[in-house]
Amino acid sequence: MLVIRADLVDEIVAHARRDHPDEACGVIAGPEGSDRPERFIPMVNSARSPTFYEFDSGDLLRLYRDMDSRDEVPVVIYHSHTATEAYPSRTDISYASEPEAHYVLVSTREADSHEFRSFRIVDGVVTEEDVDVVESYMFAHTGADDVPERD
Amino acid sequence: MAVTVSIPTILRTHTGGEKTVEAKGGTVGEVIDDLESRHSGIAGRLLTNGSLHRFVNIYVDDEDIRFAGGLQAPVGENSNVTILPAVAGG
Repeated sequence: MLVIRADLVDEIVAHARRDHPDEACGVIAGPEGSDRPERFIPMVNSARSPTFYEFDSGDLLRLYRDMDSRDEVPVVIYHSHTATEAYPSRTDISYASEPEAHYVLVSTREADSHEFRSFRIVDGVVTEEDVDVVESYMFAHTGADDVPERD
Repeated sequence: MAVTVSIPTILRTHTGGEKTVEAKGGTVGEVIDDLESRHSGIAGRLLTNGSLHRFVNIYVDDEDIRFAGGLQAPVGENSNVTILPAVAGG
């Protein structure tokens, strides 16, 4: 399951709307081992295309250097589909190479509503996961064990 | 002459989990051959029919080798080689 703050969802959707009809892309970095997306990093789609996205290779190197220096990993890797559903394409699957990341897809094909979905993509296998949008991670339940039993 | 090579998460299964390893070679191609001799299987993740896989970026001292001679790109003493999977899709 992806647990993500509502303001970060809003940032991703706003970026996707801004770049529509081209695909928008970016990362939400978080502390290594936390699985908690915290730092929103919109990236330039160097392909500037409605059917393809790619981080510029120089931007990619700077991004990973920056995350390394902060002990962060790409917890979420997001991009938009602007004419199709929010589901990984064959190209998305062939490029996916962060087995621990949540691959978020947003579809902006409808002007007044959007789809926001999250997937794991490991060794070419796509698994959709639930998305839990929270106001703050401080109060988010991370598992059933957090909830005290009541008699 | 030792070159430091940064290994991305997805290839660390070949390096026993190590984020950086040392290798030898005067070009990127030689460095990959040397890596393969110590970390079997890694070359197959980087190359297709002897060319750099299009899903992979390799940098020598921050320069993408696609703009610096490809696998012939020179690697100097104490160079840093960084391997990163492309982030891309459709």
